Amino acid sequence: MWLYLAKRLLLMLPMLLGITLISFTVIHLAPGTPVEFQTTMSPKASLEAQKRLIELYGLDKPLHVQYWDWLKRVALLDFGRSFSPDRRPVWDKIRERIGITLGLNLITLIIILSLAIPIGVLASVKPHSWFDKGTTLFVFFGFSMPSFWLALLLILFFGVYLDWLPISGLTSLNFPQFTFWQKVQDLLAHIALPVLGSALLGLAAMSRYMRGSMLEVIRQDYITTARAKGLPEGTVIFKHALRNALLPVITMLGLSVPGLIGGSVIFETIFAIPGMGQLFYGAVMARDYPVVMAELVIVAFLTLLGNLLADVSYALVDPRIRTG
Amino acid sequence: MKKREFWARFRRNRLAISGMALVSGMFAVALLAPWLAPYDPNFIELKQVLLPPSPAHLLGTDTLGRDVLSRVIFGSRISLLVGFVAVGIATFIGVLVGALAGYYRGWVDQALMRLVDVMLCFPVFFLILAVIAFLGPSIWNIMVVIGLTGWMGVARLVRAEFLSLREREFVVAARSLGASDARLICRHLLPNALTPVMVSATLGVAGAILTESALSFLGLGVQPPTPSWGNILTMGKDNIEIAWWLSVFPGLAILVTVMSYNLLGEGIREAIDPRLKE
Repeated sequence: MWLYLAKRLLLMLPMLLGITLISFTVIHLAPGTPVEFQTTMSPKASLEAQKRLIELYGLDKPLHVQYWDWLKRVALLDFGRSFSPDRRPVWDKIRERIGITLGLNLITLIIILSLAIPIGVLASVKPHSWFDKGTTLFVFFGFSMPSFWLALLLILFFGVYLDWLPISGLTSLNFPQFTFWQKVQDLLAHIALPVLGSALLGLAAMSRYMRGSMLEVIRQDYITTARAKGLPEGTVIFKHALRNALLPVITMLGLSVPGLIGGSVIFETIFAIPGMGQLFYGAVMARDYPVVMAELVIVAFLTLLGNLLADVSYALVDPRIRTG
Repeated sequence: MKKREFWARFRRNRLAISGMALVSGMFAVALLAPWLAPYDPNFIELKQVLLPPSPAHLLGTDTLGRDVLSRVIFGSRISLLVGFVAVGIATFIGVLVGALAGYYRGWVDQALMRLVDVMLCFPVFFLILAVIAFLGPSIWNIMVVIGLTGWMGVARLVRAEFLSLREREFVVAARSLGASDARLICRHLLPNALTPVMVSATLGVAGAILTESALSFLGLGVQPPTPSWGNILTMGKDNIEIAWWLSVFPGLAILVTVMSYNLLGEGIREAIDPRLKE
């Protein structure tokens, strides 16, 4: 297991290099020198900002030297200072928001998993039943639904029409005066709609994979064998089939991380949640380049980490991966 | 596979046929927009601001008194344009990369597939937003950026097809007759690898339309006054407590359009490989 983990970690290095290389290329994508372009396009960028950018990227040096210098700074989490009036270090800005985004995505992921697995199993055990057909329909809607429209509809129904749930922010204005339980309740009410929105869409995809994976496994000979030797159907499904069917789903989980994080931009913007997505959106709109670049690198890194976690849990459940 | 066989299966697939019908309908709406739209989509009537749906304005009016139905109809042009151009770019790059990797194998394959791996673990939406931040929002930038970030799936498909096709007898025969690499790739391998590409391109149009509408919704896509479903929804969000029709109808248009491409794509997939239909 440790050998496998070491191998995976080692493989992460070239991936990380590739990611930083793409991010770096994006900086240099702008026609002309990045500084010239960035400063003429942004009214906020003064001469001083121009100087700071030249310093940050070392634009007078050859390209590979620039990349290496930039990489060294990024490794130390030095992303420079934000262009916004507060001029704060970019890393400080991200640090106070990263927890919110990760926390919300984690809750979403847990909800998706705890619903998608039973839905997928039920649909696959009785294919073409009304439950299966309903699931298929739901999945089709889920695949075609624009996430931001779903968010708008949720706001329209639960926030405006029924007036049950708050539609923006993480906490109410008088949050500090609440007792502990009131605080918990307030927080839950605020995250209900954004989490529901992103979970619904993820759920569609995941239950589809779960169903497909189960159907694939149920066809295998060892399931027939298990049934033939007289095991109860429950044991066959949950012990023999489910465990094997979970494997590809774990991989899908790792692959779904970029989508979830990408969705954070949309949900955090719509629901005014002070997370990384909202910061990124604000930075893009204000052309706050240091923040845009830093987020790009960090989000890509998080994605890589998600993939690694998926691979490791894959290895934990499947001995063939560890030893082979 | 024979063409007739494909069409016979395709016609029997009810979902595929309805997808096909809906897609054709969307094309018709986009082409005939000037005749179908009851009003000029950019005509501002400040005396008729934020009217709810009525016989005069079937889908209501927006904050500038423009007819929402007309704007939704004209918005279909943007979606169609972005969908097809972006997918065209993505498919072209994907086929090129996949063909080179699958045909030459070795280090070319290694290098290209590592690039695909890196691109796949990039949160594409962040990348798109970052690039738009540098280039500035415009419909052309969006199409190019969506295309440049969406080719990885096609590349993998084509590579897999090529890897298996290049060992087949007809390819070996053509090679031994002295056919050049370019001829082998273009005349013998590519035509046989195109069916899965067709499916992925159809589903890709759906994805590109979703991405464009999300970008326009965030104000980083098609810029007003040009109507796009995404930017009408932005107005809907800003007036969500007073004008529900601005949030409901453009989204419905996106849902139906995206769904029809998904249906069509799934239909083609099942017609190509009936085993997929459990």
